[in-house]
Amino acid sequence: MSQQQFDRRRDDAGGEAPEPEAPPAAPAAQTQERDAALDSLLDEIDGVLEKNASEFVHGFVQKGGQ
Amino acid sequence: MSVRRVMGIETEFGITSTQLDRRGTPLSPMLLSAQVVRAYAAGSAAGDALPTSAGWDYADETPLRDARGFEMARALADRSQLTDVDDPAIANTVLSNGARFYVDHAHPEYSAPEVTSPLAAVRFDRAGELVALRALETLAADGQEVRLYKNNVDGKGASYGTHENYLVPRSVPFDRLARLLIPFLVARPVIAGAGRVGLGQASETPGFQLSQRADYLEAEVGLETTLRRPIVNTRDEPHATPHLHRRLHVIVGDATMADVTTYLAMGSLSLVLRVIETHPELLEGMTLAHPVRSAQVVSHDPSLRATVPLADGRELTGLDLVEAHLQAVEQARDQALASGDERWAEEPGQGSASTDTQTTSQAGTDGVLARWREVVDALRRDPAEAAGQVEWVAKHSLLGRFRQRAGVGWDDPRLAAMDIQWHDLDPARGLAQKLRAAGHLERLVEDEQITTAVTAPPEDTRAWFRGECVRRFGPQGDVRGASWDSVTLLDERRHARRVRIDEPTSGTRAQVGPVLARHTHTATLLGELASEDA
Repeated sequence: MSQQQFDRRRDDAGGEAPEPEAPPAAPAAQTQERDAALDSLLDEIDGVLEKNASEFVHGFVQKGGQ
Repeated sequence: MSVRRVMGIETEFGITSTQLDRRGTPLSPMLLSAQVVRAYAAGSAAGDALPTSAGWDYADETPLRDARGFEMARALADRSQLTDVDDPAIANTVLSNGARFYVDHAHPEYSAPEVTSPLAAVRFDRAGELVALRALETLAADGQEVRLYKNNVDGKGASYGTHENYLVPRSVPFDRLARLLIPFLVARPVIAGAGRVGLGQASETPGFQLSQRADYLEAEVGLETTLRRPIVNTRDEPHATPHLHRRLHVIVGDATMADVTTYLAMGSLSLVLRVIETHPELLEGMTLAHPVRSAQVVSHDPSLRATVPLADGRELTGLDLVEAHLQAVEQARDQALASGDERWAEEPGQGSASTDTQTTSQAGTDGVLARWREVVDALRRDPAEAAGQVEWVAKHSLLGRFRQRAGVGWDDPRLAAMDIQWHDLDPARGLAQKLRAAGHLERLVEDEQITTAVTAPPEDTRAWFRGECVRRFGPQGDVRGASWDSVTLLDERRHARRVRIDEPTSGTRAQVGPVLARHTHTATLLGELASEDA
């Protein structure tokens, strides 16, 4: 593996590594397309989602396993 | 060899039911789990499963033997560690696909048959979902409603496992194996996590994380699987010729519903093991300063930007670590191909690979490497791009969009409910199942192949002999029981004889097919096979 590629310089004071650059945001068109797909999916599953979420979550209790 | 090695996945399912006993108390999970296992055996066709009264053979189980060269005293062991004691109240069956379906602690567990490729591992993992579903259908027809969840947490503090097994040469020193594997196991959820709503063992902090299991890791190396869970488990129970093999028991992984995620989890780890076996020097220098804490840091950051400190002072993200391992694999393979190292040579797909979707190349090293690279590059550009392949991304996208539209935080109970429901095995309710059906999660195996894998064993491991004995001689009542490395059959005097198969790659269709074809009864079959008194 190339060491350089994965080297993150720390400043000499031994402080935190500088905050890496945020990845470039997806183009707006792509995001809109994605959201539209997710929206139709959410609409599709809306009918099967647990009606009483709190009660459902509260009632989901398991014994520990491995 | 290459990516191919003997491997398998064990899944403990979460279980709930509205059933009450006569006093109005909810049925215990042990009882419910036994119902599920018995229902599968009762509801399946003759030859698909042994009766649940048939025994599992514990002769070769050594749950307290430690790979570091000692054995834990039984008196010091937690009761949950004594997995080699048969409890008559507990249901257990062996299936004609070579799997074991039984009650482990308080969960039904499907232990898939041994396979030799990550793609076959996906197929038999999905077959386990069908096995569980069929059991539920049998119970439903009887008026008993039970739900099963293929996840690993209840959000109240309990965690249950999805364990992977990989056959590794005994010649690899265990301390090297553990040391070189830890950084990858810490980072692997970036490409193999199922996603989880809630941070902390009891979801005490709102948020979303990559891994179901990260918050339950408390040690680097250890024997336990239920308490002080280690990143590398040292249980030394090879279920194979002990001086040749070790069975690496990986307990940190998530149960996954997305084909590509399961495939990458198994494929990438098998390849990293191959590097440890052949070019360990390529993985030196990735040691983490704080592995347990780093597992949580990586898991708690869906932006993939948080870094963890290495022992040498560098700071890397989980994605950096995953990519560094990918590069080490690519480099090891290139060196091995140049020098003709047969441990990296591709073998033509045998039996189980020939039925895989698309091409058999997916069953091999190139298929895994191409997919691994594709997913890493997508995550680098924009994690959301990997929603069709990486399960935590798919879950994060869907739940994140819900959150955005509802204008709520991660502590909204509807998100916790969706997280649980994601893993419901029922196609009518399970969200991952819905996404699969709608084409939002890329499929690697077809429904027809999965259905076949419910009853037909892999052809290129000893699971073939185990499964075929169940199918051919089970209905006659001539199979007394089985274990990973043996099948117990009845001779002409109805005495139990144990046929041992210590080598996972023997007992294959090619090897024992002709022998089995000659016999309709175990009594005469035993005349041709070496066996011992059981």
